[in-house]
Amino acid sequence: MTFIINGEEQEIAATTLADLLSALDYEGEWLATAVNGELVHREDRAGFTLGARDRIEILSPMQGG
Amino acid sequence: MLKLYDTEVRSRLLLGTARYPSPTILAEAVRRAKAEIVTVSLRRETAGGKAGGAFFELIHALGVHVLPNTAGCHSVQEAVLTARMAREVFRTDWIKLEVIGHHDTLQPDVFGLVEAARILTGEGFQVFPYTTDDLVVAEKLVEAGCRVLMPWCAPIGSAMGPVNPMALRAFRAHFPDVPLIVDAGIGRPSHAAGVMELGYDAVLLNTAVAGAGDPAAMAEAFALAIDAGRLAHAAVPLEPRDMAVPSTPVIGKAVFS
Repeated sequence: MTFIINGEEQEIAATTLADLLSALDYEGEWLATAVNGELVHREDRAGFTLGARDRIEILSPMQGG
Repeated sequence: MLKLYDTEVRSRLLLGTARYPSPTILAEAVRRAKAEIVTVSLRRETAGGKAGGAFFELIHALGVHVLPNTAGCHSVQEAVLTARMAREVFRTDWIKLEVIGHHDTLQPDVFGLVEAARILTGEGFQVFPYTTDDLVVAEKLVEAGCRVLMPWCAPIGSAMGPVNPMALRAFRAHFPDVPLIVDAGIGRPSHAAGVMELGYDAVLLNTAVAGAGDPAAMAEAFALAIDAGRLAHAAVPLEPRDMAVPSTPVIGKAVFS
């Protein structure tokens, strides 16, 4: 299925958000995820079914002022 | 002690974590500043979740409180979503709320700021709003549930120092019971001492330390200046006068002619 991941179009074989993170080798508890502008909590990723062209944001900590 | 929402800290210097020459120098700056609160951010992860994790482990090892920001957000929707994602990652209700309204000056969009603050306090966030020195906006932020205010003293990263001390003085007088942190625009320790002399509770810095030739030494210099300014405020400084006043008593002075 085609998704927009962090602003880039990608073709990934995944049906849930947890599948997608795993397929892309994202790991660690320091990730936050949102789909189509809504936060998806860590514990909800496995049950969150994705649709074609969903916009997925994957964020992690970085330096800030 | 400085009480920010339910948390008490001894240090009056909140330190940003960006733009340091290296992680080691960042850590040393935090130590020499004796900072207890550092600001952090969230960005798109591109390395399988490992780059952000490494940075957060560095911060975690410092044993400080983390204040996530919504830097770079230009809309209420962006800022609110970023705050929610920050809470997910950093597991804190604190959020340094920035809604940027102007590309060149990085001036806050104060209308969006108040709206976002209202939404976030309604969700249990403890909001630290980056705002201007406008009293009316600040009143709206307090009405929205903010229990800390963070007015700028000059544009972010400008290092200009307080461009409108009169406004900062009025701001302090208008909110005697709200913790006030000067956020943005400070360039030198003397600027920080100056706002502390006005009675501000703390200072938030980043570029002035990270961009110095020796960031760790500058961090310590700022900490000393902030303590000096606070002590001076408590000691009640003299107000400026138009005319000279002799410091040496004239009574008993010899007359030679």
